[in-house]
Amino acid sequence: MAGPKKFRMKTLQGKEAVTGYLFLLPALILLGIFLLYPMGAAFYYSLTDFYILRPGEENFVGLANFQTILGDAEFRQALINTIYFAVLVVPIQISVALGLALLVNRKLRFKVFFRTAYFSPVVMSLVVVSILWTFMYNPNEGLINELLGVFGIPAQPFLTSPDQAMNSIIAMSVWQGAGFQMMIFLAGLQNIPNHLYEAADIDGASKFQKFLHVTLPGLKNISVFIFITITIAAFKLLVQPMIMTQGGPLGSTKSLVYHIYEVGFNYRDVGYASAMAVVFTLMVLIITIVQRILAREEGA
Amino acid sequence: MEKNRTGKKILLYVITSLLAVIFLFPLVWMIMSSLKGDLLIFRDMTSFRAFLPPLPNEIDGGYFQNYVMAFERVNLMRYIMNSLIYTIGIIIFGLIVNSMAGYALARFNFPFRNFWLAVIIATLIIPPESIFLPLYVLVFNLGWVNTYTGLIVPFIANAFAIFLFRQFLLDFPRELEEAAKIDGCSQLGIFFKIIVPLTKPVFATVAIVLFINHWNDFLWPLVVANDDSMRTIQIGLQYFMNQPPVQWGQVMAALTVATVPMLIIFIFLQRYYVQGLAHTGSKN
Repeated sequence: MAGPKKFRMKTLQGKEAVTGYLFLLPALILLGIFLLYPMGAAFYYSLTDFYILRPGEENFVGLANFQTILGDAEFRQALINTIYFAVLVVPIQISVALGLALLVNRKLRFKVFFRTAYFSPVVMSLVVVSILWTFMYNPNEGLINELLGVFGIPAQPFLTSPDQAMNSIIAMSVWQGAGFQMMIFLAGLQNIPNHLYEAADIDGASKFQKFLHVTLPGLKNISVFIFITITIAAFKLLVQPMIMTQGGPLGSTKSLVYHIYEVGFNYRDVGYASAMAVVFTLMVLIITIVQRILAREEGA
Repeated sequence: MEKNRTGKKILLYVITSLLAVIFLFPLVWMIMSSLKGDLLIFRDMTSFRAFLPPLPNEIDGGYFQNYVMAFERVNLMRYIMNSLIYTIGIIIFGLIVNSMAGYALARFNFPFRNFWLAVIIATLIIPPESIFLPLYVLVFNLGWVNTYTGLIVPFIANAFAIFLFRQFLLDFPRELEEAAKIDGCSQLGIFFKIIVPLTKPVFATVAIVLFINHWNDFLWPLVVANDDSMRTIQIGLQYFMNQPPVQWGQVMAALTVATVPMLIIFIFLQRYYVQGLAHTGSKN
């Protein structure tokens, strides 16, 4: 009796395995061809002198491309610009997003209106926003300088001065993106159980103490998630400088991805661009891992 | 005490309203300027009228003159159609492929299941920005440059969507599926007749996330669709802005047109979108 039953179990399991794989296979194949294979190809190209549209003629050059990176002043500047952007955007955007979430989480009339207003820039694409703000930042007749003029502040060369261009892009980026993280923070705030606040009330906690000991710990997981996504998004900076400043003035807004795009696509030097893309990928990976470890240690 | 509270309340409303102005004014300005001629845009910029529609006597050629001219000057209609085909293509194929993968990972027992799940989640870390060059070489060799296939196929499988479907289906009760199985329904039948109709919210959520991401896509359409007839709206906008002489009223009209589909989607499907966002944060 045990024999046939066991056999039936096995075929059932076998059937389930086959069905499972059939359901999973299309996604696996597509991910393999269009994500994992290009990732591998990027590593391979980075070791060659591959030029676009000249397939099969590449030579293996070992780590020469990576050596070139070390002496590439443009790469160094792009890296510094990108880090500068990230170091400023990440804390500012998180603070603004959290502040907005706390504001609209209060008892407030027209709450939905305010929430929608703060979120509205997210609905516009980065391209739309970049073109719009290029016009607003216009030094001679831009909207912002006209508004500043009302308060007696002299016109600023927002996008045309190397000292201000990146900061102007940062301000715009925070304005565009903060509403998105506000929504995620808001979901987090609503998940904090109310009885924790009630308990704190009984203990006579002040508003600030409640924020420090109930709200912030309650948002920990979400904050880590937001922190990682904003940092990685910051490292991918491309659209804003490409449209608003073309990397200028004096290369002050040229970002890493922009540099990779120019070298790979405009100068067609895929080998060297791939080497930079590999360095870029490793940096993103390291950021993710470091932030995860830090978050875990804090939680322990 | 009471006075103090009223004061605080007023301060709260002043702050929230001021912030609302800061976040909204570029959008309002964009839409209002799209209705004005360039001279009027610059004249209004020095006053509050920048955020108000033009008076009937201030416009010549009608309120929508800029829209008409923008559509005449570049192939805006074509760019919008391309964007719609591109995003809807990714949504349709993406929903099928990713929901099936998510279902497999949530419901079936098969060897290496957890391994594949780990691989799929790990691919989330790969930034698209780091693979666009080899992907372009691949798509070029396949002869897919300047085709919808080249725009759509590489982005059908989406690890985030698979993960979202899996998480949702893990919590989904099994009873109905088992009943259908007893009635002799095939596995594919169970999936399309029971799972899909009963899990519409997660399909809607994924569809909206995919729509917003790909409607706004820039880098991939920029490299793979360089022919004017294949440009998406985002690439078309950049091209339009770089066409001298810049007519700002027309540019504003084009920007408004590119933003409208997103606004509509967001207004009508806000609930699903916010659900998706909430899921993004809390399930990670």
